[in-house]
Amino acid sequence: MKQVGKGIAKIDGMDIATGRPVYTEDMIPPNTLVIKILRSPHAFAKIKSIDTAEAENLDGVECVLTYKDVPNIRFTLAGQSYPEPSPYDRLILDEIVRYKGDEVAVIAATDEKTAALAIDLINVEYEVYEPVIDFEEADSHQSTVHPENDLHCNFDIGMKKENNIACTHKVQVGDIEEELKKCDVVVEETYYTQAQAQAMMETYRAYSYFDHTGRLVVVSSTQIPFHIKRQLARSLEIPSSKIRVIKPRIGGGFGGKQTGAVEIFAALVTQKTGKPAKIVYSRKETFTCTNSRHAMRLKVRLGADKEGNIKAYDIQGLSDTGAYGEHAPTVFSVAGEKTLPLYNKTNAVRFMGNVVYTNKMPAGALRGYGATQGTFALESAVNKLAKKLNMDPAEIRLKNIINEGETCLTYNGKLLGSSTLRQCIEKGKELINWNEKYPQKELSNNKVRAVGMAVTMQGSGIAGIDTASAGVRLNDDGNFTLLIGSTDMGTGSDTILAQMAAEVLETSIDNITVNAADTDVSPYDPGSYASSTTYVTGMAVVKAAEDLKKKIIKCGAHLLEVSPQEVEFDGKNISATNNTITLKKLAELMVLGIGKQQLVGNATHGSDVSPPPFVAGFAEVEVDKETGKVDLIDYVAVVDCGTVINPKLARIQVEGGIVQGIGLALYEDVKYGKKGGLQTNSFMTYKIPCRKDIGNIRVHFEESYEPTGPFGAKSIGEVVINTPAPAIAHAVYNAVGVTIKSLPITPEKVFMGINK
Amino acid sequence: MQIETTINNKKVTLEAANDEFLADTLRNYGLLSIRQGCDTSCCGLCTVWIDGKPTLSCSTLAFRAQGRSITTIEGVQQEAKKFAEVLVAEGAEQCGFCSPGFIMTVLAMKNELNHPTEEEIVHYLTGNLCRCTGYMGQLRAVKKYLEVK
Amino acid sequence: MLKILDLVQPESIDEAYKVLTESHKSAVLGGCAFLRMGSKTINTAIDLSKLDLNYIREDNDYIEIGAMATFRDIETHPALKEHFNGVLPKSVNNIIGVQFRNVVTVGASVFSKYGFSDLITALLALDTEVELYKGGRMPLAQFMEESLQKDILTKVFIKKTGRIASYQSLRNSSSDFPILNAAVSKLDNNWLVVVGARPTRAVIATNASEKLSNGEDISNSAKAAAEELSFAGNLRGSAEYRKAMCEVLVKRAATEVMQCR
Ligand SMILES: Cc1cc2nc3c(=O)[nH]c(=O)nc-3n(C[C@H](O)[C@H](O)[C@H](O)COP(=O)(O)OP(=O)(O)OC[C@H]3O[C@@H](n4cnc5c(N)ncnc54)[C@H](O)[C@@H]3O)c2cc1C
Ligand code: FES
Ligand code: FES
Repeated sequence: MKQVGKGIAKIDGMDIATGRPVYTEDMIPPNTLVIKILRSPHAFAKIKSIDTAEAENLDGVECVLTYKDVPNIRFTLAGQSYPEPSPYDRLILDEIVRYKGDEVAVIAATDEKTAALAIDLINVEYEVYEPVIDFEEADSHQSTVHPENDLHCNFDIGMKKENNIACTHKVQVGDIEEELKKCDVVVEETYYTQAQAQAMMETYRAYSYFDHTGRLVVVSSTQIPFHIKRQLARSLEIPSSKIRVIKPRIGGGFGGKQTGAVEIFAALVTQKTGKPAKIVYSRKETFTCTNSRHAMRLKVRLGADKEGNIKAYDIQGLSDTGAYGEHAPTVFSVAGEKTLPLYNKTNAVRFMGNVVYTNKMPAGALRGYGATQGTFALESAVNKLAKKLNMDPAEIRLKNIINEGETCLTYNGKLLGSSTLRQCIEKGKELINWNEKYPQKELSNNKVRAVGMAVTMQGSGIAGIDTASAGVRLNDDGNFTLLIGSTDMGTGSDTILAQMAAEVLETSIDNITVNAADTDVSPYDPGSYASSTTYVTGMAVVKAAEDLKKKIIKCGAHLLEVSPQEVEFDGKNISATNNTITLKKLAELMVLGIGKQQLVGNATHGSDVSPPPFVAGFAEVEVDKETGKVDLIDYVAVVDCGTVINPKLARIQVEGGIVQGIGLALYEDVKYGKKGGLQTNSFMTYKIPCRKDIGNIRVHFEESYEPTGPFGAKSIGEVVINTPAPAIAHAVYNAVGVTIKSLPITPEKVFMGINK
Repeated sequence: MQIETTINNKKVTLEAANDEFLADTLRNYGLLSIRQGCDTSCCGLCTVWIDGKPTLSCSTLAFRAQGRSITTIEGVQQEAKKFAEVLVAEGAEQCGFCSPGFIMTVLAMKNELNHPTEEEIVHYLTGNLCRCTGYMGQLRAVKKYLEVK
Repeated sequence: MLKILDLVQPESIDEAYKVLTESHKSAVLGGCAFLRMGSKTINTAIDLSKLDLNYIREDNDYIEIGAMATFRDIETHPALKEHFNGVLPKSVNNIIGVQFRNVVTVGASVFSKYGFSDLITALLALDTEVELYKGGRMPLAQFMEESLQKDILTKVFIKKTGRIASYQSLRNSSSDFPILNAAVSKLDNNWLVVVGARPTRAVIATNASEKLSNGEDISNSAKAAAEELSFAGNLRGSAEYRKAMCEVLVKRAATEVMQCR
């Protein structure tokens, strides 16, 4: 292969690196209205009265909108294929406010200072309710976060809103209690994973305007342009045909921008005023008023025989979705979906539990999407089991993991198409020098070095649901345009998809222009999430390119007056035995004269499986026994993402994901006060890892070949965040014998554990 | 108020409010490479040089540019491109939102430190947060860039 | 959003002080990293740029630091690297990043007596004096005890006594505020133990200092520091943990001092 497998530089790399104005905010035209939002100071309250007159009279204020000014139609901001599994539990502005920071009024003014002034002039009287803060008390709480009657679910997700239960979920195969009883050993533990902030560097932002045909155009830093379009159509009662959503370069998303945080407000103001309007969230708003990872409590019971054969496991979860149910059912079910298949020599498995509403910022999508939470719990339990049986944790995994060609209880007989997880574990052991370093080594000066490990799987796209389309056009000059609707948020997916098209068309990516994403132009794509772009959109691109290639050959043959079987296409020429035509010439001829047709390849692709990528992660830590401080020395990640389409970009994906996982493990914690106020609303209080926090990270690929993927590829974007938390927790245990059951692993927790 | 300053080697007069910070003034002036990632002086995205020193433009009041020399990445494109090429070859720019501030800090380091060690490099660049890359690729790129030159 | 209505750049410190005291809601501008985070409205902001306070200089007896010197200046100044085992550079060089340290100023940091301050803890362990326009020159320890008044901190003086010093801090993420910090120094047999970020402001642990000065062993003295000081809890750590860490950090700092002969 000439393009696939090459570490090609990103097509937009030089421009974004050197500061070209290619992001949403850089494109906002002058004289655009500035939007600010008045937010609820209470975690739970009803607006008794709201007086906007004074604010509206302020010079420069264009409009002040409250719940009285918006359609009474509930919807979800979750970016998911229609019909969305997330409950329709929101209004653009509601009479009831459900968390500190919930929107009360939308102000648009000619400049920021005026908008800020206007906010202070709005008088609101609230009837304050008792908020539900602790998610473990939500189901029995006297308050009901969503008392409204018009809340709608597209599916039966098991909502019991009077108990604050947004949804319930249960997957069980076999008789779990019976099988656990039969086991020689059963380990049981309850783990807590915290809410985590996506903390992409570019905060949420969008602007909107009416174009020359009166259509609403929204430019947004979003992962989901097509879903945004649908959300706007529903919530603002605008025909979908009258809306266009454009995505420029995105300054990071990590799932956060899979939820429509700001677009609706810009669109609403443009709709009401007819004027261009922009909304740019501050970092504080981004931390306080958007979404974060679902915090969960996960109780694991894991049973095995004396030899360490895992026979049954049960995970019972509780998930905190905050004030609204964006991604509530799916994040939760993924926690089970990506853990139950991992160890497949079982007789029974179960994953079940509730997702509850609380009066805190809503949760949403964040890289890993539940699998991260589930992995921490399951892998911590497996490490505990290994200890109990006095077995090497790597051995116990090698004994129990699912292998290529095997099935598992939850796969309904389907077989795992590809996996090198076994090799990943072996290679990781070798790279970290496991046999020598496990479990620990005392150093002088009260420090101890230790290693720990975890394995994980994710998916590639959403099986049977997410479907992507792609188009490849042969332009008049003999170059190609690749039309896609996926949303490169820095991952390099535009480049990778171009590599795939180039491979099929036997050209180089210099000859391919990538156009994405604009709902007026791009073929439909759900957007970049669920680790789908390389796998699902990638396959659509391959098929579209193949379609075009066929057409080129057919057309070339026609011009050469031979049958298609008699010609060859090498990327430059279409040749028969004694005649040849260049692609350039062909392209030229196809747009000249009568009876011609410009050649375009099209394809739509969805997959009925979501093949899992795998990672084996190994951490080496140094723990200061006197302070409990954990320093990460070395992290080895060995990855099976199928065929590596672009090794350079894949490696950075892994490194970036590992560091985000390190953040989850050691530093990051979305914390609320007793009354529901967010305490971590800046980078001063919410610490993402900086350069000094991460030690060394080593990445290795053990390629497999996924038969259903483009060129054998699976996904990589999400799976890489899952192992650091359990692997580091394991290393800490091996160092000082302290079991960390609730993330993050702070020095204080370790110290208290040592001195218990 | 009026501020007489030098931006990217050009003498200019800017208009700014008393409480306006340089990052906004520079963006208004058309230097759109200036990005801001926080409101608490923590991220380093807004790094520019003031009299050659890497400085947070988000926390420097605009009037303090008076009589001084401001450099943004627009003013050092040639050198920025040299480093960016190494960075991009490493795949170590992802969303790129942090890149201008990061590159300005790397170039300042190159001017300030002679043959820095890896530890010194990491120390110098710690104030530049990046949520995408995991830092390792950036470090590889910086090491390559400094050795090459 | 910080609001500044009027801005003055006095040519003399007298004038600066006059504006500060005469106008209601006036404030001196340091590097503004802290000021910008508030939503204060300053009627008259006083910029000290024209007063030549941005310097660090050394004479035979003192190292003198102007109020507008930045943390980066402290970090890179040769004299400060050389004296007192480089505790001052060490105390500040973990704070956020180079571009941040090129902004924040010594005067603002010392004057504000921030509880978390790394610089104050290190300075307190040295023979440091501060000069205030109105309050005059006084030992830093004395200044720390006084209640905050409208004044302008102009200079910091550190006597070149040849103190041996060590600085320790414990942080979770390395660019975070300290969970606790400590500095220990020794001049002949006179020891000073300082603990800060408790999370309230740094103080001298007098018992512990005395014990060390009397030749008691380090662990006992470190324990004494943990016993005599008060600690509280916040986002970064509980009181109980801080107390335990006090003992560890003081012990480490004292041990390091002991080892420097
Ligand atoms: C994100 C962040 C992280 C930080 N982390 C740490 C840390 O880990 N350790 C640490 O020690 N510090 C830390 N700091 C504090 C920092 O080091 C400075 O101490 C702080 O920013 C104040 O300095 P400034 O120059 O920005 O002051 P400014 O914000 O300009 O002023 C602060 C106050 O001092 C007053 N003031 C300024 N100059 C004078 C003067 N000469 N005389 C009298 N009053 C004056 C101002 O009116 C104002 O009230 C942190 C700050 C931030 C923003
Ligand atoms: S914008 Fe974050 S430090 Fe300047
Ligand atoms: S590349 Fe996205 S923040 Fe650095």
